[in-house]
Amino acid sequence: MGKLTWSAIPFNNPLQMGASALIVVGAIGVFILITRKGWWPYLWREWLTSVDHKRIGVMYVLLALVLLCRGFIDALMMRSQQAMAAGGAMGYLPPEHYDQIFSAHGTIMIFFMAMPFMIGLMNFVVPLQLGVRDVAFPVLNAVSFWLTASGALLVNLSLIVGNFARTGWLAYPPLSEIQFSPDVGVDYYLWSLQISGVGTLLAGINLVTTILKVRAPGMSYMRMPIFCWTALASNLLIVAAFPILTATFGMLLLDRYVGMHFFTNDGGGNPMLYFNLIWAWGHPEVYILILPAFGIFSEVIGTFAGKAIFGYRSMVLATMAICILSFMVWLHHFFTMGAGANVNAFFGIMTMIIAVPTGVKIFNWLFTLYRGRIRYEVPVCWAVGFMVTFTIGGLTGVLLAVPPADFVLHNSLFLVAHFHNVIIGGVLFGGMAGYNYWFPKAFGFTLDRRLGLVSFWCWLIGFYLAFMPLYALGLLGMTRRMQHYANTSWQPFLIVAEVGAGVILIGIIATLAQLIVSIRSRDRRRDLTGDPWNGRTLEWSTASPPPSYNFAVLPKVQSLDAFWFAKEDGLTGPPATYVPIEVPANSPNGFVTAFFAVVLGFALIWHIWWMAVLGLVCALLTLLAFGWIERSEVEISSEQLKADDRARPARTGFA
Amino acid sequence: MQGVLDPQGPVSAAERLILLNATAIMLVVVVPVILMTLAFAWWYRASNTRAAYAPDWAYSGKIELVVWSIPAMVVMLLAGVTWIGAHQLDPRAPLQAPGAKGGAPLKIEVVSLDWKWLFIYPDQKVASVNELVLPAGVPVQFMLTSATVMSAFFVPQLGSQIYTMPGMTTHLSLLASRPGDYPGLSSHFNGNGFSDMHFMVHALPPAQFQAWLAKTETQTGGEAGVASGGATGAVPGRELDVAAFEKLAQSGNHVSVQTYGSIAPGLFDHILKTSAPAVPTGVDR
Repeated sequence: MGKLTWSAIPFNNPLQMGASALIVVGAIGVFILITRKGWWPYLWREWLTSVDHKRIGVMYVLLALVLLCRGFIDALMMRSQQAMAAGGAMGYLPPEHYDQIFSAHGTIMIFFMAMPFMIGLMNFVVPLQLGVRDVAFPVLNAVSFWLTASGALLVNLSLIVGNFARTGWLAYPPLSEIQFSPDVGVDYYLWSLQISGVGTLLAGINLVTTILKVRAPGMSYMRMPIFCWTALASNLLIVAAFPILTATFGMLLLDRYVGMHFFTNDGGGNPMLYFNLIWAWGHPEVYILILPAFGIFSEVIGTFAGKAIFGYRSMVLATMAICILSFMVWLHHFFTMGAGANVNAFFGIMTMIIAVPTGVKIFNWLFTLYRGRIRYEVPVCWAVGFMVTFTIGGLTGVLLAVPPADFVLHNSLFLVAHFHNVIIGGVLFGGMAGYNYWFPKAFGFTLDRRLGLVSFWCWLIGFYLAFMPLYALGLLGMTRRMQHYANTSWQPFLIVAEVGAGVILIGIIATLAQLIVSIRSRDRRRDLTGDPWNGRTLEWSTASPPPSYNFAVLPKVQSLDAFWFAKEDGLTGPPATYVPIEVPANSPNGFVTAFFAVVLGFALIWHIWWMAVLGLVCALLTLLAFGWIERSEVEISSEQLKADDRARPARTGFA
Repeated sequence: MQGVLDPQGPVSAAERLILLNATAIMLVVVVPVILMTLAFAWWYRASNTRAAYAPDWAYSGKIELVVWSIPAMVVMLLAGVTWIGAHQLDPRAPLQAPGAKGGAPLKIEVVSLDWKWLFIYPDQKVASVNELVLPAGVPVQFMLTSATVMSAFFVPQLGSQIYTMPGMTTHLSLLASRPGDYPGLSSHFNGNGFSDMHFMVHALPPAQFQAWLAKTETQTGGEAGVASGGATGAVPGRELDVAAFEKLAQSGNHVSVQTYGSIAPGLFDHILKTSAPAVPTGVDR
């Protein structure tokens, strides 16, 4: 069994054992519940084997929300530790545990919360906005999702069997080399991200192809909603950047597994190479996350202000400019490595130049609000909260781009506050806005407004309470990742930050309560029109939830905000004739391949070579076998389409 | 306060100035944007019947010009600050001593270890661990490396931090304007002992610095730290040769302040070339 022994299970650590037991008992509980209720056939048929982009999108978002809870528990533990461990106190987490927690927190929040949240929303919305029936490669889409889920599973498995990396979320060498991190933690990190990284790359290829090649008749590039543009930019970045990540981790794996010397201290290796490579992926990555969020805010602000987005062309230009510039700034993550003044100044200035298109976007949202008629539903609250919060985050970001300022702020809590400011204030707020905005489209009923507002205000206030003190601590000279500290004057700030985390906890509970309350009262909340917000774009023209084929007849697009103008012109009734549609049949390909990918990853982590070969061969055979299946599509007859379409209780669609 | 807003040297003072200037430049735009956001969001609420509503107004060439120009001008201004600042405060650029005295800079070689700091004074042939003693008012040229994983050397009140990397040298010039005690730390995570990897900088008046040097040279062993009140764990024969260095490198964290009265010649170069230092044994990573 390779390196795997009973000692891999942390019996001697009550805290970790408790968490493990909770996960195992929870998983068994859910399994028993599903079995007793007889839900397996339904789950298998409708979700686990679904290749419908909407179902896959929903599963991505669900994965993100679950992992948000996991990553947030890590955050609460860190905040408690730092609130306690001042002066001579050591807190309740020893370094070897604390170091795993902050590494897992960063890894989970970026790769398994923010990424699936954004990719899920893009997956759900983009084909609907483009007025088409699915993404370009539906089965591949399922494979992508399940590989992401595999990575998330492996990360969480490290809690129960073995341990996680103690290197920070980017696993910088030489600390992450086998010499200094001999146990399986870094291997868990590397293999889970390698597996989910393949999934992300495939998802990126899929969405780029969809946007470039699969659009409704008349949907020219300059008629695409802003969200489709930001999705295009984001996925182009995925396609360009994720191979760098895979190659970088591949080199670190070669160092660790076969004794190569890419990044080691000896044998001609150089860790600086890793810094450059990981940030050549890492900086585009933050735009992969934030660009879709920008798109969501554009849709939400336009819809709830009842206005077309101001400066559409500027928005498109700004989006694509950010897409390109994001590849030219990576060195600002290590100004303090001693590169010369010219190099530092160049990358500092390039970084500031990105602030220009970003600033333009802020102004354009501002002028979309101007002379609007803003209906304060939950999504637009997140959007306004974002505009204020993100502007502050942008300011501190540009400040860190000035090399001499970075020389004293780098790796301090000021930096930690900055990136949480833009990732919470930008990506997470965007995700929550999109979740509240498109939920009725996905399920046919709206989410509870009151609990949605509670969640928003708790997140907003909690964010400021949790992170403004960290800005101050950074200026006071406190560096990140400290398990304890001698300077007791820092403690009050960290206690306030913990209170902030507590307020955010209430926000998360409110989000979960909102979901439960809304599901229970769904009959009162039904939206029969398919257009609960008086929307502007094509996703609102079909039923909620949309049928598997999205549109009975593909819309003919004649302008930007096509659905808005169709409503203004008066909607035509249902079409006279329907053409049969072929939709892709369900396929267990993704689920089965991902299962074997987990086997492969687990075996590689523990050096169980026979199992690794088994996992790899089975995964490849699965892919191959499903490639031979001939009946991969199901036809929906014109009678069926007609019956479905005419059965819509209220009609706002147009032909 | 002891942070980067309480500078005690010309580097940190210049960096604070840039920090404040850049913030002020940006606030000129950021404050109006935030106020406009709140004002528009409030005034154009659907329930306000007095507010204008222009659902189709989505383009204005003049406004577009302004919204592209404002951030562009701010960035041009900041780019100037950045270019000049990055050159003036280049970590390896030598510093001038204040006044006309202009003594030669003091050279100090810094080695980060698991999890402690070794400071070698190559010209004075002494060394100290976890305590950095400097003459106030004299420029100090640091040459830094690591004998283990990467770390970063940072004294917030003196200014610029810099990475220490195995097999490589980085350079940093700092100057303490006034005598005083300034905390320093590792600002790059480097393993389980990271939180304890801090040290105190004692900037002394030049005469006292000479006295410290003399005391350190003659001391045969034990603790000669400025801050240490008594001697615990005194080790005789305090020459820092390769063997003593290896022993120090293996000794984990919680190392108290120590000094060495003499050093083996070329020790720093030896550390640099030994690119595969032994993993500390008996230390739980």
